[in-house]
Amino acid sequence: MKRFAQLIDQIDQTTKSNDRIKYIVDFLHDVNDEDKLWFVALFSGKRPKGIIKTSLIKEWIVEITNLPEWLFEQSYHVVGDLAETIALLAPDQPKKGVNQDTLSKIIFELNTLKDKGENAKKQFVKNFWLTHSKAENFVFNKLITGGFRIGVSQKTVVKALGKFLDKEDNTISHRLMGNWNPKEVSFYDLLVSEDANDDNSRPYPFYLSYALEGKIEDLGDPSDWQAEKKWDGIRGQIIKRDDELFVWSRGEELVTDKFPEFNELKENLPNGVVLDGEIIGWKNNAPLPFHNLQTRIGRKTVSKKHLEDVPIRLIAYDLLEFNNKDIRQQSTKERRNLLEDLVKTNASDTLLLSDALEFNHWDELKDIRLRARELYCEGLMLKKKYAPYGVGRKKGDWWKWKVDPLTIDAVLIYAMRGHGRRSNLYTDYTFAVWDNEELVTFAKAYSGLTDQEFKEVDRFIKKNTVDRYGPVRSVKAELVFEIAFEGIAKSGRHKSGIAVRFPRMSRWRKDKKAEEANTIEDLHQLLNVYGG
Amino acid sequence: MLDKKLLRLTNKGIYCEQADVYFDPWRPVDKAIISHAHADHARKGMKHYLCHDHSAKIINHRLGKSNIETLPYGKSTSINGVKFSFHPAGHVIGSAQIRVEYKGEVWVFTGDYKTEKDFITPSFESVKCHHLITESTFGLPVYQWEEEVILADQINNWWKKNVAEGFNSVIYGYSLGKAQRILSVLDSSIGPIYSHTAINHINELVKSNGYQLPETKPIAGANKADIKNAIIVCPPAMREPAWMRKVKPYRTAMCSGWMAVRGAKRRRNVDKGFVMSDHADWKGLNEAIEASGAENIYVTHGYSTIFAQWLSEKGLNAQPLKTEYEGETNDSNTDE
Ligand SMILES: [Zn+2]
Repeated sequence: MKRFAQLIDQIDQTTKSNDRIKYIVDFLHDVNDEDKLWFVALFSGKRPKGIIKTSLIKEWIVEITNLPEWLFEQSYHVVGDLAETIALLAPDQPKKGVNQDTLSKIIFELNTLKDKGENAKKQFVKNFWLTHSKAENFVFNKLITGGFRIGVSQKTVVKALGKFLDKEDNTISHRLMGNWNPKEVSFYDLLVSEDANDDNSRPYPFYLSYALEGKIEDLGDPSDWQAEKKWDGIRGQIIKRDDELFVWSRGEELVTDKFPEFNELKENLPNGVVLDGEIIGWKNNAPLPFHNLQTRIGRKTVSKKHLEDVPIRLIAYDLLEFNNKDIRQQSTKERRNLLEDLVKTNASDTLLLSDALEFNHWDELKDIRLRARELYCEGLMLKKKYAPYGVGRKKGDWWKWKVDPLTIDAVLIYAMRGHGRRSNLYTDYTFAVWDNEELVTFAKAYSGLTDQEFKEVDRFIKKNTVDRYGPVRSVKAELVFEIAFEGIAKSGRHKSGIAVRFPRMSRWRKDKKAEEANTIEDLHQLLNVYGG
Repeated sequence: MLDKKLLRLTNKGIYCEQADVYFDPWRPVDKAIISHAHADHARKGMKHYLCHDHSAKIINHRLGKSNIETLPYGKSTSINGVKFSFHPAGHVIGSAQIRVEYKGEVWVFTGDYKTEKDFITPSFESVKCHHLITESTFGLPVYQWEEEVILADQINNWWKKNVAEGFNSVIYGYSLGKAQRILSVLDSSIGPIYSHTAINHINELVKSNGYQLPETKPIAGANKADIKNAIIVCPPAMREPAWMRKVKPYRTAMCSGWMAVRGAKRRRNVDKGFVMSDHADWKGLNEAIEASGAENIYVTHGYSTIFAQWLSEKGLNAQPLKTEYEGETNDSNTDE
């Protein structure tokens, strides 16, 4: 635990990505495999959950410190983080160093507490607090209260693991995907072993596109490119292996249960197939607006009414695995041929093909793009015919060419109360994008959501306030919104150094995690193309 | 609040009517007694200043030549029957608690103070009194400081590590107080020490009063090629000043009590935060109040309402007092 706490402290003490990677690599060298595994698990959002209630933890610290409860609450209010507040208040005995337990041992003990009574839990927690340093207590409190996001992005963890294991980052990201359980898998099986086919449900990392820069003609010979509609749904992967079907959303979330319509693919698709495509609401032979789909995926359970109102389809546009073989290294053209065959020979109502658009000159494509709205799409996608399927974001092989290109997926980080009839709700938001591991602000917006959505966001804000500065609340970085705007320019007004004109929330991206929001580079790219 | 008492709060500052003097006033008055030379306590425009010997030169340097009378620690002076004396506050060099006695009633105005010992500042001495006017900059139980030797180790280890990795070290501390404290803990065998002009000025004044500080080179005229393995002590700035370009590559650290909380460090956007404060921590404040034996406590700048409530619940007669002192400011680059 000491070593893990040291790592968290080191990570906390630098703003530089390379330093963080180095610290993680050093840590991986120092600890045993169980600790390595739990480190990876914690930073993939897999912590032991629901073991101790937060209200109890507060009760115990008040008891130990002998402080009045109001003073504890005031302290918490100032610090803004429960785990940290408790670590700062718990009597500090750093010189004792009596406890040399490893991270995995502590997690193991926490897990065994799950079914025990309140007294046993209290004993364990209090004893921990009294025998560990502030830094260790902070990490421990994070373990039991949640929110293990300490200045390290998934990307950094992947890079560090890649360096440590001498493997490609792509391989690492792939291994980390899916619903592996740190209690059931070993570090070796998860990341080291060459045979990765142990987890049937494991998806592939999605290849992501960039917005087209410059003129379409700059892409060169039109015959080198495949064009498709850019569908307005959520990105998904459908996996059929060993007679089982898994549906993944781009947020690395297993959403099989949310889309019972896809069940029939279990019968229709052969084994060893992974499809990449867009999950979309579909009725009367046409796509439904994104908003309809949103109402469905926001719910825990899918009602009969949902199934009737918003039936869904997968519009497949790529094939990543075929005959149990990873075919991502084959060219777009080859994968496309296999995909077309597969869809044709395995007819199903829920599986559609994203048609390749016919065109010989760029001008033809320009005409199609202008009609995008009539064609129920947001614009066009351009894919290089002779390129393999990439990993993550890599410029050059896939371009999106949207009708309204000025949108950015951003994270809500500050909120203020609205005006007039909304003055009891938090409706004025400040949005940020990633600059390495930091969120930098670029826009404020207060319109574009429905009353229902505003209420929902307001509830989230009140529950997830991290800090207050006068009327402004800083909020846990979790909610992602697509921000649409009219223009973009350099500006000192926001921390990003960029400001946008007439920003509004064009949609709530419930399908995206904060980590998946856009970056400062994306803003700069828009600035280069549309700025000035 | 303090009306009809020996000391009371006015819109110009805390006032002793019997002697017609103000303590650290924030508006121009005829006669001001100054606890220390920080900008929020020693302001421009007083006709006459009374301060500790070691504050005088700094006040002259900062406010222009002023009409200053000085007094060493422990000696007293009387004005219209009221006896005044200075006692070490441990906050910065020249900082004093001001003891006021009239007809057997004793008041102490602490100004800013720190109970923990450091390597350069004369240590805080407790003064018995009936009425105590105390600051409360860090008056919350989450603020607990380490001993100076531990801080010294942390800072030197950080510097060493940066040297080993090929970085210069830029360390931020206010020019009066924090800067000298940082210099006093640095191990000059690690590398050259540079300092910012604003700090050099104060250092010269401090040295002329007999304090020892390590040799520093001015960063202003230094050549990029010479700045290797160096630590640069400079006042905090929100933006990167031009001279920092020649220090690259560097890592930054902030020395402040606020660094105890991660969020505060993140907002400063520094690589490292050292929890080094010139104010008393929670324990220090409570111990100082207890040691004074005072029954009446007036709590000025900081978490005054919260801290006064805490003291009231402990059975003391405590109340918050609204002054214009700033304590250790969290984000401006003025002094504390
Ligand atoms: Zn001060």
